[in-house]
Amino acid sequence: MTTTTAEDFVGHAHHDHHHDADHKPGFFARWFMSTNHKDIGTLYLIFAIIAGVIGGAISGLMRAELAEPGIQYLHAWAQMSDGADATMDQAYHLWNVLITAHGLIMVFFMVMPAIIGGFGNWFVPIMIGAPDMAFPRMNNISFWLLIPAFALLLGSTFVPGGSGNGAGTGWTVYAPLATSGSVGPAVDMAILSLHLAGASSILGAINFITTIFNMRAPGMTLHKMPLFVWSVLVTAFLLLLALPVLAAAITMLLTDRNFHTVFYDAAGGGDPILYQHLFWFFGHPEVYIMILPGFGMISQIVSTFSRKPVFGYLGMAYAMVAIGVVGFIVWAHHMFTTGLSVNVKMYFTAATMVIAVPTGVKIFSWIATMWGGSLTFRTPMVWALGFIFMFTVGGVTGVVLANGGIDDNLHDTYYVVAHFHYVLSLGAVFSLFAGFYYWFPKMTGRMYSELLGQLHFWVFFVGVNLLFFPMHFLGMSGMQRRVPDYTDALAYWNGIASHGYEIMTVGVAIWFVNIIYAFVAGKVAGDNPWGEGATTLEWTLSSPPPYHQFETLPVID
Amino acid sequence: MQRRITGFMMAMALGLGALAPMAAHAQAAQAPAAANAAAPADNAAAPAAAGIDHAAPVATIGQPQPGETTFQEQFTPTGQYALWMHNSVLLPVITAISLFVLALLLWVIVRFRRGANPEPSRTSHNTALEVAWTLIPVLILVAIAVPSIKLLAAQFKPAPKEALTVKVTGYQWYWGYEYPDNAIPEYVSNMLPPEKALERGEPRLLAADNRLVLPVGVPIKLIITGADVIHSFSVPAFWVKEDAVPGRLNEKTFTIEKPGVYYGACSELCGDRHGFMPIAVEAVSPERFAQWVHSQGGKMPGENEAAAPAAVNAADNAAAPATSS
Repeated sequence: MTTTTAEDFVGHAHHDHHHDADHKPGFFARWFMSTNHKDIGTLYLIFAIIAGVIGGAISGLMRAELAEPGIQYLHAWAQMSDGADATMDQAYHLWNVLITAHGLIMVFFMVMPAIIGGFGNWFVPIMIGAPDMAFPRMNNISFWLLIPAFALLLGSTFVPGGSGNGAGTGWTVYAPLATSGSVGPAVDMAILSLHLAGASSILGAINFITTIFNMRAPGMTLHKMPLFVWSVLVTAFLLLLALPVLAAAITMLLTDRNFHTVFYDAAGGGDPILYQHLFWFFGHPEVYIMILPGFGMISQIVSTFSRKPVFGYLGMAYAMVAIGVVGFIVWAHHMFTTGLSVNVKMYFTAATMVIAVPTGVKIFSWIATMWGGSLTFRTPMVWALGFIFMFTVGGVTGVVLANGGIDDNLHDTYYVVAHFHYVLSLGAVFSLFAGFYYWFPKMTGRMYSELLGQLHFWVFFVGVNLLFFPMHFLGMSGMQRRVPDYTDALAYWNGIASHGYEIMTVGVAIWFVNIIYAFVAGKVAGDNPWGEGATTLEWTLSSPPPYHQFETLPVID
Repeated sequence: MQRRITGFMMAMALGLGALAPMAAHAQAAQAPAAANAAAPADNAAAPAAAGIDHAAPVATIGQPQPGETTFQEQFTPTGQYALWMHNSVLLPVITAISLFVLALLLWVIVRFRRGANPEPSRTSHNTALEVAWTLIPVLILVAIAVPSIKLLAAQFKPAPKEALTVKVTGYQWYWGYEYPDNAIPEYVSNMLPPEKALERGEPRLLAADNRLVLPVGVPIKLIITGADVIHSFSVPAFWVKEDAVPGRLNEKTFTIEKPGVYYGACSELCGDRHGFMPIAVEAVSPERFAQWVHSQGGKMPGENEAAAPAAVNAADNAAAPATSS
């Protein structure tokens, strides 16, 4: 929607490769001491892909064990991890370690680094016409804090955390299971891992807010910013306000564990429910942290491939602000069964349903953007269309769960697992793939294979739907979350779900083949492979962009 | 271009109109699991601890059905209301909205593909449309909120004086049940080993050695707490789930309508054997309940001390746990 008069500058940078703008430091200085937002973005993306493979492999172990009733593999895996004399209790503990690691890795080390650290770093400065982030060195430490954080989490699986090795508390780390219920250093390491990952995100959030408020090019008013920048701005505020609460909550967990404080111990005057309030005061905004930048990306992509400006731009921007604000006052719907009073349940039921309104505005505005457009179905657009429908399905089951009285049956069942995987695995992850295909030519200068991209979409789409849709049925039937075995009547849908995982894995493999193809044989992308629909500033630069872009600021009319 | 926008609004109106006929949601007919239903009521194998013969579960109620796509049949008034609300309000609405969005997507994909519409419009605003898609969802949500609030009010209706109070305690990894009104001290309920469960014609991982025995037609007030970590007491066929939190007494009130065996399981991650601490409720007639209470050495409210011991049976008040964990 913003037109630019930056062509003069762009042509200059593009043709003058001897200019200082493209002078890159040596390998070590460039990748280990980086202050360049694009390089740091690349590091984040590589990190997220590695973490995603690990987190995805763990879910593969889980689906293998759950494919049939009974315990098939878990005991053998426990023998590998805890020694040949591993007991069944140690095997069950290993299960809890797997579910915990899967959740923490996917949330803190895959989605967040990819969607904010990766694409946010890469494209927020470019889209607002800034040369880099406001605090380049702080940007670097934001990334490098993630490495020890991830190392602590992975390392925790090799030290005792109860009857076996590793933290088996669930990603929610509820007290008292995470305090008196888990003996050994594993949970301490996991908590410290969250501290570091949280510090990384807080620093990143400060950086994004400062950059967006202070480094916009002349003429780039807040109401002209691309929606992806808006989405990262809202996300950064959510991070800034939510993560300190998590830090406080898990610090008290740590002192309860090690220094005999009793914040969460009823016997000493504390309250285990206090932890849940604090955790979900962070945890609910966290789910919007994971999806809002995806909303922004989908807006850019839908507009580009419809060759039409985003419909209802201001409504779209302020819908995200509304989601962010309301997202802070709905947290206790995660705690409907903890013994809340009737008035509290009624309030959180109503408040939670309100979120459906701005979310609906976004869905309908995307469709209205396409309405009257001239649509082409390149790979990013196909992923975006898949996102819109799948996110709708995940959203409406959220409306079901929002009802405190209905949730009494569904709480902590596979229905909830289905719901949040529809908004994350089919929402956030679809937007990540959409953004990846959309910006891959810009980031690398190479085109991926269109055929493999389309194939990746369809195989992945079929796989994840087979994987997650049956979980609605399992949850309604009464299958509770976080169990390694289930009663025999639940075998049918569990078997289907595990087959869905296999198909999804093939889809991911196609993606990797496509990346290799692009680097080996991909066509040169050119500055703007998407044509006139792509109007944001990154498409005015070369592909890949010069090492330092916009040394002369572009002027937005 | 104006025509297109009008078309869009009409499409929205049509989608909403589709909600009404869908209210008649047909529930998938459930074929009874004939094989299981034929299982003999092998009461002889039941432990003596319960004092009365264990009822055999009816295979089609109180437990998950193979391949089912719906909730379990409900046996409490609040559960039936909740199930009605889900099946007749929520499910039709969310299905209609999902199909409506899908239809719009398919329509724009076909109608506005480059081949069919080479020149894009530049429309980016339509105030009426934006107001409509803000307000109509609000109205739908208000319509959902009405039965939702009613359901919550019904679930939280305080238990009447004559309600039977049972204290439920979650332990790692078993349940304790105590009947203060009947002077029955806490007894422990462990999971039946899978072989034993199958031997008795009960579902694997859901069967328990000592069931929670409750009368039908009498309001039940459960006082739920946890002894070590947080557990969650859940019986899907009653639409009941309440966390068992250390240091806190949670209350849950419901009335069971039909005798039978109803299964549930711990629904809050509580450590190693979280998946192996089932809840088995045996709902019996008030007469049989009184009989069971007497067999446990307890008394019904109003009975004097002298009358009670007569009914103590030979199973000598075996409230102790059948197995230790």
